Amino acid sequence: MPASVTNFATHFFVTGEPMIYGADVAIVLVSLAILFVLTYFKKWKWLWKEWLTTVDHKKIGIMYLIAALLMMFRGGVDALLMRTQLMLPNGRFLQAQHYNEIFTTHGTLMILFMAMPFIFAMFNIVVPLQIGARDVAFPYLNAISFWLFFVAAMLLNLSFVIGGSPDAGWVSYPPLADLPFDRGPGENFYLLSLQITGIGSMATGLNFFVTIMRMRAPGMTLMRMPLFCWAVLSASVLIIVAFPALTAALALLLIDRVAGAHFFTMLAGGNPMMYVNLFWVWGHPEVYIVVLPAFGVFSEVVATFAKKRVFGYASMVASMMVITVISYLVWLHHFFTMGAGPGVNSFFALASMIIAIPTGVKVFNWLMTLFRGRIRLTPPLLWTLGFVPNFAIGGATGVMLAVAPADYQYHNSYFLIAHFHQVLIGGTVYGMIAGMYYWWPKVFGFLLGERLARHAFWWFNIGFYVCFLPQYFLGYMGMTRRIYTYPPGMGWTTWNFISTLGAYMMGIGFILIAANIVQSALHGVRDTTGDPWDGRTLEWSLPSPAPHYNFARIPTVHSRDAWWEMKEARRRGEPVQESTEPLRPIHMPKSSGRPFILSVLFFVFGFGMTFNWYVMAIIGLLGVGICLVLRSFEFDTDFYIPVHEIEETEAAYGRS
Amino acid sequence: MSTHQERLQQPSGEPSHHRQHGITLPVIGFVLSIILTLIALWAVMNRVLGAGSLIALILILGAIQIFIQLFFFMHVTESKGPNWHAWMLALGLVFVIAIVAGSIWIMAFGALSY
Repeated sequence: MPASVTNFATHFFVTGEPMIYGADVAIVLVSLAILFVLTYFKKWKWLWKEWLTTVDHKKIGIMYLIAALLMMFRGGVDALLMRTQLMLPNGRFLQAQHYNEIFTTHGTLMILFMAMPFIFAMFNIVVPLQIGARDVAFPYLNAISFWLFFVAAMLLNLSFVIGGSPDAGWVSYPPLADLPFDRGPGENFYLLSLQITGIGSMATGLNFFVTIMRMRAPGMTLMRMPLFCWAVLSASVLIIVAFPALTAALALLLIDRVAGAHFFTMLAGGNPMMYVNLFWVWGHPEVYIVVLPAFGVFSEVVATFAKKRVFGYASMVASMMVITVISYLVWLHHFFTMGAGPGVNSFFALASMIIAIPTGVKVFNWLMTLFRGRIRLTPPLLWTLGFVPNFAIGGATGVMLAVAPADYQYHNSYFLIAHFHQVLIGGTVYGMIAGMYYWWPKVFGFLLGERLARHAFWWFNIGFYVCFLPQYFLGYMGMTRRIYTYPPGMGWTTWNFISTLGAYMMGIGFILIAANIVQSALHGVRDTTGDPWDGRTLEWSLPSPAPHYNFARIPTVHSRDAWWEMKEARRRGEPVQESTEPLRPIHMPKSSGRPFILSVLFFVFGFGMTFNWYVMAIIGLLGVGICLVLRSFEFDTDFYIPVHEIEETEAAYGRS
Repeated sequence: MSTHQERLQQPSGEPSHHRQHGITLPVIGFVLSIILTLIALWAVMNRVLGAGSLIALILILGAIQIFIQLFFFMHVTESKGPNWHAWMLALGLVFVIAIVAGSIWIMAFGALSY
């Protein structure tokens, strides 16, 4: 082989790590297996027609869900690698550079490629069904959002075996992330994949804001809306106003790295702290973006499984709105130690403490809903109950961190690590898993078995405390984040060892969840009624899984908990609306392959920019432009489902 | 199953969902926003003003840019139903002021203490 080719290949592919070679082999084998299965079972056409080109919110939701679970696995493996390295002093499992790459990808994947798609999965699966709509406001844009997220996730994961992963932390602060200190393509992978998925997230925020504002069923006023939809509304508002700050910060850093500008350099008039400022202008609302939907899930779950109306509906709505606004005014608490002065630090410390109040209101409301309810301890409620103490501890340590002078001690210690894992796992992950168990029958038509679900919950929940409570102590003992090894004799060994055991327990919990899904897919109880939990909101009025047009007749809503009220009216023998109106043709969007193609072209652009291969980048960008222009001149985008087809579909579900 | 023809047919009595918009408005907006950007670039490259007034000028240009976006691209004057967009704009204004004023306040750190 010529020397130039060898030289290129050794820099292009990541070399020198047995684990990476293992990953190479695994990626090639899995890809070949997927290609073989698709070809052998002649599924290519099915894949293209049913999934790659779909604009159906339910299918897009399923794809988000699968992607989120895969990324949770990927990020979880990162976490286990890190905990294995830190289990004993002077660990030699990982090299320093490899450790840096792993904590960077762990954070990036878990926030942007696990938590975000997981909440979007819930948005897509639930919102149109809950508000009585047939799809989201912009179905085509919805498909673009998903595929942009998907190619961005692939781009970031590719860095693991090609070119090298980003290694400047998930926050990617300059000057460390700027060119003089980080020459490799890893940081470019980070910047471009976040930029691409950011476009998708922004579009999703807009999409669901408009969907909730404009597409509610007749009679469903805002104050009759299920609380999950309120949560999605607040999260959407936050996405719309927060993501531009991230886009700006990443774009400026990319210009610094690619074009040699000086926005965030140490010299020539740059100021790295401005990046930190902009990053957290997005970063703090972001944690509320991922936790508010979880709050929405808990509100639905406690009401259903206590068989009661949610306690204090109006105060729930008000506290979510207050959180939405105040979460925008607290971002400096991520960098109190920058030393912006007593005035600035006091303001942001106070705002950070105030936000605990509406959150506390919500916790009490959930507890009051459960109070004297007819409680059924199903898996969704189990995860909800697991969330409450978790979030109480996480919230309390959050208030401790919000005390600016004390934060100088906690900053970047394991105390902080324990705190944000407690709120993000205890809040978002518990919430999303609760939502997954709750809406699973609606999406797939069968229930997840309860026995394995309980085992999974207890392994994960106990493992969580075993893993993260010791990290509070480690923080107090002076262990800082992002160190890859520590000497013996610091007094940290015992706690680190315990923490690693807890991480493995959480890993077992995750495996049990996966086993639960597989086992139930094979032997699960089928949901024939469409309403397995005796639910309260409109999605349970539909058969499971819902027909692709959702509602044959758009329901008219007269109160909160619309489906519950309809069932009550039926029990009392009052006349109900169903099947009195004639069916009418249903207006639906057409499938389109262009969102997928557009996203692949974005991938080409991102990959070219990552390696500074500008010809490739320009080709990708031109392709994107052509796709946008073609869409602008496309008018044949929708069709009508004729009445007899609706009748046949409804009859197949046993409904008239 | 229905035939292809049948699926394309639009039931009578429903108006078309595609409304036509003129192309002049967005083009004017596009040109105006480019001009504003060029003014900003020119002012900074040639240092036409002192640092303080330059920042003020950039902020003013930014504010004008917001209005161009709202009127030429987002059709803020056209709406049906309740004017939620007015509420959203008010909220957006709160957030924009929070970011801009907050960032200036934060990033002025050190200026007072030294």
